[in-house]
Amino acid sequence: MNTNLITQVSAFIWQEADMLDHGEFQSWLEQWTADGLYIIPIDPLETDFLNTLNYAYDNHAMREKRVYRLGSGESISTVPTARTIRTTSRFRILEDSADRVTVRCAQNLCEFKKETIRHYSADVTFELVKVGDSFKIDRKIIRLINADDALQGIAYIL
Amino acid sequence: MTIEIKPAQASCNYQELVKHDRVHTSLYTDPAIFADEMDKVFYSTWVWVGHTSEIPEPGSFKTTYIGKQPVIVARDRKMKVHVLLNRCRHRGATVCEHKKGKTASFVCPYHGWSYATDGSLRGVPHPEGYADILDKGDHPLVGLRVEEYAGMIFATFKDDIESLDSYLGPAKKWMDLFMKQGGGYPVKAGNAHRFRFPGNWKIQLENTTDAYHFPLVHKSFLSSVDQQTLDMLDFVEGAGYVEDLGNGHSVMVMIPELVDLEANLDAPIPARFEELAQQLREKHSEEEVRRIVRAVGGSGFNLNIFPNIACSMAFFRVLQPIAVDQTEIHHVVLTMDGGPEEANRARLRMHEHFQGPMGFGTPDDSEAWERVQKGASAGQDLWILLNRGLPKEVETEDGRRSDVSAETGMRAAYQQWKKLMTA
Repeated sequence: MNTNLITQVSAFIWQEADMLDHGEFQSWLEQWTADGLYIIPIDPLETDFLNTLNYAYDNHAMREKRVYRLGSGESISTVPTARTIRTTSRFRILEDSADRVTVRCAQNLCEFKKETIRHYSADVTFELVKVGDSFKIDRKIIRLINADDALQGIAYIL
Repeated sequence: MTIEIKPAQASCNYQELVKHDRVHTSLYTDPAIFADEMDKVFYSTWVWVGHTSEIPEPGSFKTTYIGKQPVIVARDRKMKVHVLLNRCRHRGATVCEHKKGKTASFVCPYHGWSYATDGSLRGVPHPEGYADILDKGDHPLVGLRVEEYAGMIFATFKDDIESLDSYLGPAKKWMDLFMKQGGGYPVKAGNAHRFRFPGNWKIQLENTTDAYHFPLVHKSFLSSVDQQTLDMLDFVEGAGYVEDLGNGHSVMVMIPELVDLEANLDAPIPARFEELAQQLREKHSEEEVRRIVRAVGGSGFNLNIFPNIACSMAFFRVLQPIAVDQTEIHHVVLTMDGGPEEANRARLRMHEHFQGPMGFGTPDDSEAWERVQKGASAGQDLWILLNRGLPKEVETEDGRRSDVSAETGMRAAYQQWKKLMTA
């Protein structure tokens, strides 16, 4: 087991999680490759995201719009802003090549907004491109364990 | 949450609670009224249960609810559609827990009673215990009355109400128009965004015929689209209209030029679809390209069919009451069955952009509805106003019509509600 690589990717993923929880969205947008996709499928077993309905299927332009929406004050569901704390763990390297690494981890997110705490658990798969001594995100696929159940509005970046 | 169900009280005088221009707030908040609605609305009229494309083959089925009752919508071996109560005739367990699928039979997990897809009871394990006191012919899954129009399947508990055809009335021609968004292919109902909000089902029912909220609640969505789309969605003071179609149904035309998707095929292709058009030209004639591109964004209207389904621009909005202050909504994506992948992808991405718990539109709607439910607990004897657009309302062949942001469609729905609740 390549524990050096696990240390490297977990440090990167923790940093990304911290950016999202602390509203550092411009930095977050810079973590991605130009063609990177942020995907939240409805069916946790789905693999053909392009030709199926997802909760989110964001390219760079859509990620920028999502970030703008959160801070614009134009969206009543984002005022007040939900507070989130997410913990990622159980990192496992699924693939490792010269220029890419695929890692799967568990994410537990706690959301608080207007008197209500909600909890979302997900399997998150990152396809990372190696850039220098760090990474860029080429795919981030968030498979909520209850994705095929009825959800409540999620007015933040999962 | 446990709700104490009280018998309908003297306060539930529905004639008094629904005026022509307002309804009493207790319609959102009173658990007794909710309990009464299940019986007098959902178990007494036609309720939408599915689209034929969801059960395409013999043995295909989906499960859903009519009011609070679980049902199975199944196609039997001879392709006939049945709507069956999802309840074993032996001791009451549900016989199917899958949302959709294909099967030869429904088998109760408790004691193994098995039913064919037409509901008939086929097998009872160890039948000797019954000797001759159990006639299988007397114990099928309970089947409801089922009728279809334009691929939309409706069911009712009542054998003595009017036909679906008569119930839909003038709504039928709008259903036909809506289905033109197949762009020359059949419309296919696909997966859905499913979400719940803490509020009464009628708040959602109203919203589908509420153009007034759009520029305010959906400001963040409007900030995320190109100028042409923005101009198209600037409809509140436009030439659109809302029309009461009778029996609680109504249509809200937001974009009059997109009422008939097979008309004006020579109109210029909007810039946002130019790339798609170019891709389609590789395999399709110019006429096909124009038909598909014109259909890809959906219809320019919302058709609200009382009580639980709307044909809403490019998707089906399904409404499921859970409790007086809890509602589940499904936004069902529609694609062109067998149509070009590029066009269907465009439809999927547009649906994701606005709809669902992470869309740029739905969470803001949901927040507004939640605020209505919360605010509705204030005051002892306050009313919900529904009088917008009354001064300009005129009689039409199909009913009554006023401008696009009129509350004509809501008034239509509440008059039907009153008719059913006082029947």
